[in-house]
Amino acid sequence: MTATADTTALEFGKARVRKEDARLITGRTRYTDAITPPGTLHVAVVRSPLAHARITGIDTAEAKRAPGVHGVYTVSDLGADEVGMPCAWPITPDQKAPQRPVLAKDTVHFAGEGVAVVVARSAAEAKDAADLVEVDYDPLDPVLDMEAALAEGATLVHPDLGTNESATWVFDSGEAGTGGSVADAIAAAEADPDQVVVRRRFRQQRLVPAFMEPRSCVVDPTGEQIVIWSATQVPHILRTMTTVTLGIPESKLRVIAPDVGGGFGGKIGVLPEEMMTVLLARKLGRPVKWTETRSECMLTAHHGRDQIQDLTITAKKDGTITGLDVRLLADMGAYLGLVGPGVPVLGAFMFNAIYKIPAYRFQTTNVFTTKTLTDAYRGAGRPEATFGVERIIDELAVELGREPLELREQNWIKHEEFPFTTVCGLTYDSGNYEQATARAKELFDYDALRREQAERRERGDKVQLGIGISTFTEMCGLAPSRVLGSLAYGAGGWEAASIRMLATGKVEVITGASAHGQGHETAFSQIVADKLGVPFEDVEILHGDTASSPKGLDTYGSRSLVVGGIAITMAADKVIEKAKKIAAHLLEADEADIEFSAGQFTVRGTDKGKAIQEIAFAAFMAHDYPEGMEPSLDSDAVYDPENFSFPHGTHLAAMEVDTETGRVNLRHYVCVDDIGNVVNPLIAEGQVHGGLAQGIAQALFEEANYDDQGTLVNGTFVDYTLPSAADLPSFTTEIVSTPATSNPLGVKGVGEAGTIASTPAIVNGVLDAVRHLGVADIQMPTTSQRVWRAIQEAQGRSTQETPIDTHSPGAGLGSIDPNNPQGEVQ
Amino acid sequence: MIPAKFDYVRPSSVEEAVSALQQGGDDAKILAGGQSLLPVLRLRLAAPSVVIDLGGIPELRQISEDGDRIAIGAMAPHHDVLRDDLVKQHVSLLSQATATVADPQVRHRGTLGGALAHADPAGDLGAVALALDAEFVIAGSSGTRTVPAAEFFVDYFTTAIGEGEILTQVRFPKYTGWSTHYEKFNRTAQAWSMVAVAAALRVEGGSIAEARIGLTNMGTTPIRATGVEQALVGQPATADSVRAAAEHATEGTAAPSDADAAADYREHLAKVLTGRAVLAAAG
Repeated sequence: MTATADTTALEFGKARVRKEDARLITGRTRYTDAITPPGTLHVAVVRSPLAHARITGIDTAEAKRAPGVHGVYTVSDLGADEVGMPCAWPITPDQKAPQRPVLAKDTVHFAGEGVAVVVARSAAEAKDAADLVEVDYDPLDPVLDMEAALAEGATLVHPDLGTNESATWVFDSGEAGTGGSVADAIAAAEADPDQVVVRRRFRQQRLVPAFMEPRSCVVDPTGEQIVIWSATQVPHILRTMTTVTLGIPESKLRVIAPDVGGGFGGKIGVLPEEMMTVLLARKLGRPVKWTETRSECMLTAHHGRDQIQDLTITAKKDGTITGLDVRLLADMGAYLGLVGPGVPVLGAFMFNAIYKIPAYRFQTTNVFTTKTLTDAYRGAGRPEATFGVERIIDELAVELGREPLELREQNWIKHEEFPFTTVCGLTYDSGNYEQATARAKELFDYDALRREQAERRERGDKVQLGIGISTFTEMCGLAPSRVLGSLAYGAGGWEAASIRMLATGKVEVITGASAHGQGHETAFSQIVADKLGVPFEDVEILHGDTASSPKGLDTYGSRSLVVGGIAITMAADKVIEKAKKIAAHLLEADEADIEFSAGQFTVRGTDKGKAIQEIAFAAFMAHDYPEGMEPSLDSDAVYDPENFSFPHGTHLAAMEVDTETGRVNLRHYVCVDDIGNVVNPLIAEGQVHGGLAQGIAQALFEEANYDDQGTLVNGTFVDYTLPSAADLPSFTTEIVSTPATSNPLGVKGVGEAGTIASTPAIVNGVLDAVRHLGVADIQMPTTSQRVWRAIQEAQGRSTQETPIDTHSPGAGLGSIDPNNPQGEVQ
Repeated sequence: MIPAKFDYVRPSSVEEAVSALQQGGDDAKILAGGQSLLPVLRLRLAAPSVVIDLGGIPELRQISEDGDRIAIGAMAPHHDVLRDDLVKQHVSLLSQATATVADPQVRHRGTLGGALAHADPAGDLGAVALALDAEFVIAGSSGTRTVPAAEFFVDYFTTAIGEGEILTQVRFPKYTGWSTHYEKFNRTAQAWSMVAVAAALRVEGGSIAEARIGLTNMGTTPIRATGVEQALVGQPATADSVRAAAEHATEGTAAPSDADAAADYREHLAKVLTGRAVLAAAG
C-alpha cells in the first residue's frame, strides 16, 4: 500500500511516523525489568519438570543457605493456601473451574507450574539458589488428548471435579429464533439427491504467543499505595483482579504498565507470579521483582488456539448453503485462564462469517488437560472460526466442482443488503465484499495465476501452484457491555477517556486503553489534533498508569480505536461544548452564534474570534467566565458501544509446492482489507503486515509440541520455528474503506485482521496446489515433511511415522533432551 | 537466562590458552564466537568452572594464502570468511555454505573454527571441510599437529581435538576453477539444516572429472558421499545421470529422526538435494 499525498490539513488519514518509536527503537524507554527501586529483591520460581505429579516433599534447606538468599517459600509459607487465580468468564452457570493456586499446593497440573519461590539480593543468586531446591514428586498419568480426556475412565486432571469437561456452550439458531434448525437442514440434505453434506475435521494446533518482552512484575510496597509495575496489556483489570484475588483495597493499589513489548493477547492474563510478587513484597516490606526467562515464558505463559473442529456444511447442488454445524473441543490446559473459556465462544458468532447461512448450530466443549493454559491469542476465537469456515467452503467447492471464489460470492451478503442481521443475531452495519474481492483479484492477477496453475498441472511440473482464498470478516471493538452481560462475561466493554486543556493550550489526553506496541500515542493524537484544532505536537497521550488513568478496560480484541478512540472523541466534544460557552461569553455573543472550526471559535457573520488555546488560558485564569459554569474545559467520557464493528477483506495467496521435497513457498500474497476509515495508514499497514506474519506462521511454521509425558518439547526459539522476515515475501496490501456506521469515526479496527484472515488462505493454497495429486487435507503447520508425506500417501506409498517427541542430537539446542535437561552438551 | 558462575580467562596467545586449558581441567570450556556455548550456559545445560575466551588472540582471525592452501584462523568469523576474496576464488564451496549459516548477527560473532570444533552434525561447515579434505591444525602443550578432515569428526559433538588442545587453523586445498554449490534445506530461513549437500565438481569437456560430495545432518558426523562421487565421475552432468548417481546418497548414512524430519524423509531429501546440488554446481 502506498500512502497518498496529504492534500488537506487534516491529521486523520495522514501516514505519520509513530511518535513513540524513537524512544522504543533507541532503547531509551524503560520496560518493567529495567525498573529497580532501591532495595529491590529478586525472585526465581522453582518450576515442575513434570506435567502431573503429587508433590511429596520440598527441601529448601540448602537453597536457604545459599549466598544472598533472603528466603525460600512455598504457597503455605506465603499464607496463600486459599488464594485462587481469577477466571472472569463463566460461560455456563455450571462451568467447572478448579482453583488455580499461586504456587502448586500438593499436586502439579502442568509442566512449568511453580512449586516454590526463592528471593535473593540479585536475580543471579535467586536463580542459583532455585537450582538447589529439592522437590520430590510422585508422578501421575498425564492427560494430553482431549477426546481421551472425555472418555469414560479417563485420568482426571482435577479429580474433585469428577470430569475433565469444564463446560459445554451451545448456540442454536433454531432455538434462538435467528434462523432454522441445523439438524433439520442436515436431515433434509441427506434425504435430497440435489443437496450435499460435507463433513470435515480440522485441527487448530497449539501456539506460543511469542511476544518480544518476556513477562515481568515489580512491586514496591513502601508507600501508601502498593505500586505494581507489570508488563501487562491490562493494568486496570490487573488492579481490580488483585483486589478480588488478594483482598487489598483497590484504592491501595496503583498499577503501572510502562512501555510493554508486545502481547498479542498473551499478556491479558492476571498471573500467579504477579500475585506472588505482591505477597512477597508485602511480607518482606521491600520492593520485589520477578522477570521470567524466555524458556519460562514459552513453557508457562498461556498458549493460544488448540481446538479440534468438527464441521458439517450442507448445500444445494447449485451452491446455495443451507446449514452449518460446528462442534469444537477446546483445550483449556490445566486451569481456566482469565478469559480462556470464552475464547471459543467468541468464535461462535463468526463461523457463519460473511455468508447467508439459514441454519446454524455451534457447540464448544472446553476440556482440561495437563498442559499449559490456553487463553486469548491475536484474534481469540475468530481465527479459529475463520479457518473452519474458509476451509470448509473450499471443501464444498471441491465437492460441487465449483470455482471457490464464485461459490463464496454466491453465498455472501451483497453490499446492498447491509445492514444485515446474521444467523447469530449480530447486525453487520456495513461492508462491501464485492469491492474488496474485485480489487484483490486485480492486484493478484487472479486469472493469470489460474492459467499458470493449469499449465503447471498440464506439464506435470515439479513445482505446482495453488491459489489460496480467504474472504474473512471479524467482529472488532470488544464490546457492547450488554452483549458481554448476556454472555456472563465478568466485566463491561466500555472505555474511558479524559481530556485536560492545560493553561498554555497544550492538551493531555488520558485513555483507558493500554498500548503495548499499537501506536496509540500517535493515532489518538491525530484524532484529538483534528477534533480540537490544535497541532499534533501539542497533544500528549497518557495511559497505562492507574494514578493518571484511573478508569479503563485496556487493550485487546481490536478495541482501542473503535471503543477507546470514540471515548476520546466524545471527551473532545465535551471540551468544545464548554469552550464554546466561554468563547460566547468573552466574545459577547450568543452561544448559538458561535461556530467552531480548526481550533477557532468565531461569531457567525463577523471576523471576531478566539482560538481554543485562548479559551483554555481564560478558563485557567478564571478572571472572566460565565456564571453557573466551572472554570475548566477538562472533560471525561465513557463510551459503551452499541454494536461491534465488522472489518472484512479478501486475501489471496499464491502457494508454490515443490512436490519432490514438500517444500512450500509463499510466492505472493495480496490482501485488500476494508477497515473503514483509517486514522493512520502507516500504522494500519504495519498492523496488517504483522498480523499476516503471525497468521501465516500458524499455517506454515509454528506448533507447540508435547511428548507423551506432557513435556513441551520445543520450548526454545531454536526448535519453536518462529519465522523471520527472511521467510516471508513482500506483501501487497491495500485498504478500501466502507465506513462503519456504528461509530462516529467510521472506524472498524485492524489489529487482528491479518492474523484472522491469512491462515486459511495459506492452507487453502497449499491444498489447491496438490489436490490433483489426491491430497485431501494437511494438518497445520503444513511443513515440508507433512506435505511430502501427504503426497506419498495419496500416491499409495507408505511412509514412516513421524516422531514428535524425539530430539535428534543435531541442530544446536535441539540436541538437548528436554526430559534430561541437565545432560552435558559439548 | 543467567548462567551459573564460572571463571573467565582471556589469554593473548595460543600458548597461554593451552596452558589455561590445562589448568582448567576437565570442565574448562573454550569460548570462540559463543553462538552455541552461550545459549547452553544461559540455559544452564552446561556449567563449566572456567571459560577460556580466544577472542584476545588476533592471529587466530587471519585468513592467508599458504602455497597450495588457504589457511583460515580458527577464530575467523563467518562474516570474514564470507567476504574473503581468497576463499571466494579458491574455496568457493566454503563461501557458499557460510552464506547459509544463520543470520548476519550470528555470522559476525560465530567462527569457522568454533563451528567445526563444536561438530554439530546439523552444522553446515563440516560437510564442506570433509568434502574438500581440509586439514585441522591443533595446538597442545607439545606443539601443533595436523589432522585430516577424514579423521577429525568422530561422533556427535566429538572431534579429534584432545584434552588440553585447541583448534587454531583450518587449511583448505585450493579448488580453483571447480564448480561448487551448497544446497541447504531447513524449516525456516535461519534454522539449522534438516539436510544439506555440499558439492564440488571438476568438469572437463562436458563431463565430470572429479566430484566431492559432503552431507550435512545425515549421521552422527558430516558424511562423505563417496558412492555418489564414484558414480558421477566420467558422467556428463545431465539430469538423468546425476539423478542416477544421487541414488547412492544414502549409502553409509544413519539419518536421525526428529519432529522436523523422520529418517525416511531425510533419506529422500538427501537423494533429491544431492541431485540438485550437483546440477546447480555444474550450472
